[in-house]
Amino acid sequence: MSLESINLWYVLSAALFIFGLKQLGSPATAVRGNGLSALAMFIAVAASLFSAEIISFEWIVGAAALGAVIGAIAAQRVAMTTMPEMVALFNGSGGIASLLVGWAALYNLGNTTFTDITIMLSVIIGGVTFSGSILAWGKLSEVMNSGAWTFGAQRIVNAVIVLALLYSSVMFCMNPAVDSPYLYAVIGLSVVFGVMAVAPVGGADMPVVISLLNSYSGLAACAAGFAINNNILIVAGSMVGAAGIILTNIMCKAMNRSLAHVLFSGFGAAKQATKVEGEVKPINSEDAFLILEAAQSVAFVPGYGMAVAQAQHVVRELGELLEGNGAEVSYAIHPVAGRMPGHMNVLLAEANVPYDQLVEMEDINPRIENVDVAVVIGANDVVNPAARNDENSPIYGMPIINVDQARTVFVLKRSMASGFSGVDNPLFFGDNTRMLFGDAKQSIAAVVAEFKG
Amino acid sequence: MEAVFLSLVLMLSIFLGFELISKVPATLHTPLMSGANAISGITIVGALLSAGAENPLLATVLGAGAVMFASINVVGGYLVTNRMLSMFKKKDSPSAEDKK
Repeated sequence: MSLESINLWYVLSAALFIFGLKQLGSPATAVRGNGLSALAMFIAVAASLFSAEIISFEWIVGAAALGAVIGAIAAQRVAMTTMPEMVALFNGSGGIASLLVGWAALYNLGNTTFTDITIMLSVIIGGVTFSGSILAWGKLSEVMNSGAWTFGAQRIVNAVIVLALLYSSVMFCMNPAVDSPYLYAVIGLSVVFGVMAVAPVGGADMPVVISLLNSYSGLAACAAGFAINNNILIVAGSMVGAAGIILTNIMCKAMNRSLAHVLFSGFGAAKQATKVEGEVKPINSEDAFLILEAAQSVAFVPGYGMAVAQAQHVVRELGELLEGNGAEVSYAIHPVAGRMPGHMNVLLAEANVPYDQLVEMEDINPRIENVDVAVVIGANDVVNPAARNDENSPIYGMPIINVDQARTVFVLKRSMASGFSGVDNPLFFGDNTRMLFGDAKQSIAAVVAEFKG
Repeated sequence: MEAVFLSLVLMLSIFLGFELISKVPATLHTPLMSGANAISGITIVGALLSAGAENPLLATVLGAGAVMFASINVVGGYLVTNRMLSMFKKKDSPSAEDKK
């Protein structure tokens, strides 16, 4: 096929990507949207294979088959609770692919300086995405310490890396060659920088990093598109970049922190919150059952702890029993609950909770006073009233789900340890709060057993 | 001129991306992210051209590596998104197929 007709197919592919993304925006059409986007990808790949430039297929077929098998197996096997790790790994593969495409593009003849610059960009963004995603995977899967890694001279070290990266890129572009030492320097430095960028971010801040890396993987593809003069890479890549930026922004807003603050400063350390004192009131599953049985409306508020305890299925079971008992049941989800945007929604969907019972923070808060029982499952910072009341609290100003204003609050918790931010939670000492200590899954199963028994 | 034209394409698609995605409900954030992630595997198109064209061996190997990683991204990304999306159901929908 001529370049002309290939580009014509790319136009069709771009249109399908656009429709696909549009339909991903509503639960009713999302499956079709994803299908359209996959079709768009297929058309783009198929059209490219007809390119006159491609003269041998052995390498392509082998590599594509291997990648497809690995991807398919991973997608089949992954548990919904470990979805953030999976997304991080897929992101990483996209990143390194763009790095390699940029690198290979150096072998094209007649590259202009502009092309060389975009090659550097695709190598740098690809490298950062790759190593950043791998580190994010390590932290999420707790292969590595999942907290924020900080050390004294971090900013200075980062500044030195960025300067060295800039210097090497400029030197490379002034005298581009496939065996230029500056090329290897750029590759190495960008991989190191990816690690340094993700290192100081940990725990509950991970949703921001995951969406940001997602954005980078799109931008890397976009840069690779410039490097090889390919429209479809630019179109698709920049739409992904935009999507990632939007999600990142939503996550930051939900934490009332700027992106710079999330990226450059580990949490805590800052201010000392007012010490909370008081008495916690524990409750057992039997009493919890009696209160829930009398409740007219119940709101579950899940957090990362629900994912850790794999409690989503028993939660849904309890929800159904309560509904059968005549109560109105909803699931209130904070935008940053869990370790990636929408994490809780996916887990509850897996447990067959209908999506119209999932309500967002803005929808539950105005009517929280009419909720008889709010059941907090493994969430902490996102329901901490200190964010509203205590100006000295590090999380002051973060929008929260105001469960403390519900008539009764159950907090399911392993122990009295504080949340990721290390902030005391006055909620636990509230007059209307009852603590149900123990593993969330077992605690809820015990309440379910009371209902059935 | 080529660079200017490509930049125009870039600018328009960024605006389009923002328009398309800004109204997605929180429920769909994860599938949106993994779906977008699959799309970022579009870099496979570039990889195919590097791996198949008449190039020195090293460029072919780099291209083949890129093809492999991008295929993981594309195939895995779409399948996992589809798996997640098929779990989102409305209440009372008759297709309550439990597969556990």
